[in-house]
Amino acid sequence: MLESTHLYLAGIWFILWGVLWAVYFALDGFDFGVGMLLPFLGKTEQEKRIMLNAVGPFWDGNEVWLIAAGGVTFAAFPFAYAVMFSWLYTPLLLLLFALILRGVSFEFRSQIESPTWKKVWDTCQFVGSVLPSILLGVAFANIFQGLPFNADYVNPGGTLQLLNPYGLAGGVLFLVIFLTHGAVWLAVRTEGELRRRAVNVATKLWPLLLVLVLVFLAWSWVGTKLFSNYLQYPALFLLLLVPVGGLLLMRVFMGAGKWWQAWFASLAFIIGTTLFAVVGLFPAIMPASPNPQFSVTIHNASSSELTLSIMLGVALVFVPLVIAYQAWAYKTFAAAPVGEDDIKY
Amino acid sequence: MDVVMLSRLQFAAATMFHFIFVPLTLGLSVLIAVMETMYVRSGNEVYKRMAKFWGHIFLINFALGVVTGITLEFQFGTNWSKYSIFVGDIFGSLLAIEATAAFFLESTFVAVWAFGWNRLSAKMHCVAAWLIAFAGNLSAIWILIANGFMQDPTGYEIVQTAAGPRAELVDFWAVIFNPFAWHEFVHTVTGSLALGAFFVVGVSAWHLLRKNEMDFFRRSFRIAVGFAFAASLVVAGQGHFHGNHVAEVQPAKLAAMEAHFETQANAPMYLLQIPGEKENKLEALPIPSMLSILAFNDPDAVVQGLNDFPEEDRPPVVLTFLSFRVMVGIGTLMILVGGLAWLKRNSIDDQKLLLRALPFMIPLPYIALQAGWIVAEVGRQPWIVYGLMRTSDAVSPVQPGQVGGSLAAMFLIYALLGAAGIFLMVRTSRKGPHKA
Repeated sequence: MLESTHLYLAGIWFILWGVLWAVYFALDGFDFGVGMLLPFLGKTEQEKRIMLNAVGPFWDGNEVWLIAAGGVTFAAFPFAYAVMFSWLYTPLLLLLFALILRGVSFEFRSQIESPTWKKVWDTCQFVGSVLPSILLGVAFANIFQGLPFNADYVNPGGTLQLLNPYGLAGGVLFLVIFLTHGAVWLAVRTEGELRRRAVNVATKLWPLLLVLVLVFLAWSWVGTKLFSNYLQYPALFLLLLVPVGGLLLMRVFMGAGKWWQAWFASLAFIIGTTLFAVVGLFPAIMPASPNPQFSVTIHNASSSELTLSIMLGVALVFVPLVIAYQAWAYKTFAAAPVGEDDIKY
Repeated sequence: MDVVMLSRLQFAAATMFHFIFVPLTLGLSVLIAVMETMYVRSGNEVYKRMAKFWGHIFLINFALGVVTGITLEFQFGTNWSKYSIFVGDIFGSLLAIEATAAFFLESTFVAVWAFGWNRLSAKMHCVAAWLIAFAGNLSAIWILIANGFMQDPTGYEIVQTAAGPRAELVDFWAVIFNPFAWHEFVHTVTGSLALGAFFVVGVSAWHLLRKNEMDFFRRSFRIAVGFAFAASLVVAGQGHFHGNHVAEVQPAKLAAMEAHFETQANAPMYLLQIPGEKENKLEALPIPSMLSILAFNDPDAVVQGLNDFPEEDRPPVVLTFLSFRVMVGIGTLMILVGGLAWLKRNSIDDQKLLLRALPFMIPLPYIALQAGWIVAEVGRQPWIVYGLMRTSDAVSPVQPGQVGGSLAAMFLIYALLGAAGIFLMVRTSRKGPHKA
């Protein structure tokens, strides 16, 4: 067990750790959604280009939140980083390869005017968006329900054991969350026929999303310990206001044709949902099931007090700065629907 | 093959492939920012076209650098989990600082730069170019401070924890101002600047020889050639002091770089030498005391030989020795060719031979930088953290099949992407700028 100051610092870092992953899902989520919708909504070459450029100025900055989340896991909870990434070796490398293909496809696609060339990179864009969505969902759902850690943290069962029903449900949930998020973003940033299709998709996906969220919550209630902190401190249930409010307001704004607001509601929904689960995990970063004594928690995984306090200083200075210039970039490049000036890819 | 060897191969493949793209990002970003500054100050459209053309190549290169960089950050956890537990308190925080303080800035502003030609004022756009150059080089500082900790750990103490012993931070400033890291930083960044400058010089020469866009490429050439020459001089000069520092703190690496086996004062350097792992196969034409002078600036200095180290503590000798010579040889050539090109910069149109030769210089700094990193990393073996942790103790408890599979997939994906990326960069370079 950690001493008092150290424990507080570790607790703060636990929350920050959750926030970084939450922001990552909320930001890269919509460009995954757009990548997944590309073959379905982009009927013409021009529409495909508009879709890609709707996320063009943002996807890279969004993806850095993954690097920051990974880096913070490493810095604040080295043992959690080591266990998380080596236990989930194969899905993690698949995620990386998918992200590699997606990243270059943005830049490479428009370099050569050939339908075959473009087809190749559109496929990479699609696969590179679907695969991470599902993998992240499966991985985090498995973390939520607890991984079968043993004393030496060797993964005996390989990757397939992650594909249990609850894990798969997490994969589907993430997939639909990101699809909806992406469709709403397209409704914000496109015009005409393409926009009508995006609005249609978003509106049709929303009820499915609602059902999936309810199913997943109920399943988590029965199948995981995510609610035990909430039952112990019922005031925590107030946190649910964020995801629930986000989800409902998303629909309200969609109905009112206020797509920016709907997108922000979706953002709040994703961040709120992730944090809801993270708070349920506390103090475990990765609970062990069925052997809870092997859980990776802030007690056995934290960095030293000195490192945590220096990193807190770094985070307090730079994270607000990052948010400020990224918000400025969004304001500069997303204020209007994609026009001729915005087409680069 | 065992997990250690497979993981080492995978790490080498991932790192070396990533580092094909990093130096051009670092070097070219500075040149583009200079070009854009000249545009803002003179209002001459040709400088804007220059920034756009070289920027186009930069962006293709940057995309490959970014995506391959994510793999690096995650590989410590996937393949080197024991290492991650041991150094996370220090090494992990440096990577996290790199992401939050530098890489966010670079990634966000690369997009602002690429999409902002019509949305930002010329001045603001130029600021974005400088932010990219600044942030990229700032990233390099943090990454090399992290690497510096692996080379010559400072500012830590070993503490027993529930998860085993680990190096915990006790003096943040000692970690930050580790001299090894700053030697590496200057060496890497000036090397990258030389690489970027030789790239611009080489492509410009190719076009000048063919009389394409003479004004455009003459100006590009003149901006870059000074950087090419100056950076080559600095990287070599500073490299000498970097070597001195290695001699002081990593004597086994220095001995491997020179395939020097017997500890002696007035150690000679052989003009003709065929190295072996246990002894040299041939030593001829000695320059007396030269190795002592190079390593310690003193002919009487004692240079420790590999025989002083138990065999299990020695790095691979032949690879380290040869890589060091490749790096130094190319570095020397860069100074000579860079100097000649700089002297002839005002009459470059007429220097047919030079114009023909310069495009062939483009790959050489790439090879030199890769070779330099082989010296740094292979020469550090068998340690992953010098003197503290062996590479063989650092690996994750994963199955050989998993690593073999990911290694094969990585080779395949990287080979295809590398081929596509290099093809696109060559194609873009040859095509030249869009018509004014």
